[in-house]
Amino acid sequence: MIERHPILDFISHAVLILGVVIVFFPIYVTFIGSTQTAEQIMSSNPISLLPGNNIVESYRFALFGGKTEAGATVAPALPMMGISLVSALIIAIGKIAISLLSAFAIVYFRFPFKNLVFWMIFVTLMLPVEVRIGPTYEVVSDLRMLNSMSGLTIPLIASATATFLFRQFFMTVPDELVEAARVDGAGPMRFFKDVLLPLSKTSMAALFVIQFIYGWNQYLWPLLVTTDESMYPIVMGIKRLIFGEVYIEWNVVMATAILAMLPPAIVVMLMQKWFVKGLVDTEK
Amino acid sequence: MASIQLKNIVKKYGKGKTELQVIHGVNADIADREFIVIVGPSGCGKSTLLRMVAGLEEISGGEIWIGDRVVNNLEPAERDIAMVFQNYALYPHMSVFDNMAYGLKIKKMPIAEIKQRVDKAAGILELGHLLDRKPRQLSGGQRQRVAMGRAIVRQPQVFLFDEPLSNLDAKLRAQTRLEIQKLHRELGITSLFVTHDQVEAMTLAQRMMVMNAGVMEQFGTPEEVYHRPASVFVASFIGSPPMNLLKNPPGGRAGLIMGVRPEHLDMGSTGWEVRVETTELLGAERLIYGRVNGEQIIIRSEENVAVPAPDSTIYVAPREDRVHWFNADTGKRI
Repeated sequence: MIERHPILDFISHAVLILGVVIVFFPIYVTFIGSTQTAEQIMSSNPISLLPGNNIVESYRFALFGGKTEAGATVAPALPMMGISLVSALIIAIGKIAISLLSAFAIVYFRFPFKNLVFWMIFVTLMLPVEVRIGPTYEVVSDLRMLNSMSGLTIPLIASATATFLFRQFFMTVPDELVEAARVDGAGPMRFFKDVLLPLSKTSMAALFVIQFIYGWNQYLWPLLVTTDESMYPIVMGIKRLIFGEVYIEWNVVMATAILAMLPPAIVVMLMQKWFVKGLVDTEK
Repeated sequence: MASIQLKNIVKKYGKGKTELQVIHGVNADIADREFIVIVGPSGCGKSTLLRMVAGLEEISGGEIWIGDRVVNNLEPAERDIAMVFQNYALYPHMSVFDNMAYGLKIKKMPIAEIKQRVDKAAGILELGHLLDRKPRQLSGGQRQRVAMGRAIVRQPQVFLFDEPLSNLDAKLRAQTRLEIQKLHRELGITSLFVTHDQVEAMTLAQRMMVMNAGVMEQFGTPEEVYHRPASVFVASFIGSPPMNLLKNPPGGRAGLIMGVRPEHLDMGSTGWEVRVETTELLGAERLIYGRVNGEQIIIRSEENVAVPAPDSTIYVAPREDRVHWFNADTGKRI
């Protein structure tokens, strides 16, 4: 429905602008905070909304850590961002790979208890990590995967959502395409590689964006399985900055928060076109 | 090039109580280079039969021979066949060239030979300027030709067509029909062509297989099928308008059905008394619908003959040598 009417235009713009302000204002405050010094933030109440001149210092502290003038030690964010990046990538790519293969098996192969297998995968939708956190921790700890990349990522990789999404997509691929590939002499894996994968490209991209952000934003699970500082992801790092220290360097906290927001934002921006296509495209 | 033999082909779905038999023992000998059309109403098993030859459906009973091999347990790719699907089944993400070359690439054929074969097929089908396009950028007719090209480049022993013309508009369909005939003349590859359209069947077939409810009712040339239909079903299915089938015609016998085509009824001053119901003008000819002894009858006349008024009575005489008799119980020709 497209209507052009001055009042409607005004109202819709007002609603949109209000939405943007609500979303954007906290980010703005965070950014402004990161350009000021810790004293400036502490002494002004509420926080000044004008940028300060401490931007380079704040980000240097945030990225590389060190001792502040007040004597507090700041842990560097750079290694933590590395941990977050690697684990988010492993989670996103691992999820896509495993879900593609399991959906392929469920849709294109006949094997005993196929429906049972599908329903078991489906039921895990009701059991996210938070629900099964006790037993999962037990398993990970028994396998000696605490404080390791595998412990951080593997329990989060199995994904019913992605398997279900690919299953639905594969079921819309016309049977005749499968048959044409068989007549052409393509075996199952060849068909998977040459036909299904290229057709799933956009869904994979959409899923990658969603799962990368999911992996990046993990907090509860890393909190449990990592005790070694060198394995802390950035989200935990932020929490650590404002907890336990006597004097909180708010400018560094804000800078770290901005840094933690950047990679997911970059992923979304770079893959925006594919992301939208993957959610709406029906070209087959 | 190869002959095809179907020996007592049976297809069943399900097991035990839910078992459903859809093809009841089809036998046929198809010679090398022959163009065979399988025709029948929807659900008669014609596509299933074709898909069994292709290897896309399991064969529940009987043997299929292609050339001198039993192919029952061979994968489609090993049967040396090529198939054109109803919806063409082109790979949407591949260019026209890649679509045609895909099967050859899997066979690990040298690139130079692939290119030569694809170029040749593209030349025959006038697809040369479209090789870089994606299927979605093509019209229906072009897609259909790409699907044919994909079959041609394989240089198979047998072509299988599964209603390849049903998604084209009427004009394009007639044109493509001619192209398929020409292609078959040039390449001389044994072909099985499935359709529900009797015009396609009559025009394309060297011999046609008429199927009904999983049974092959007749297997013969279009002339044989038209002039000597083997059963009531064939008589009513082939020919438009359909043959008049009368249980109780003047001079008929009990237990027999008389068949006479609308074009083999001559209007005159003597013969059967027909009460006219309505008439239809089809351009060069006119159809007269009426009743004789209470049964519906259709008469085809020239358009320049005077139009009989509804409810009037006319007299028609069937040509004696064009009258068919069928057993009313079995439906078979006598």
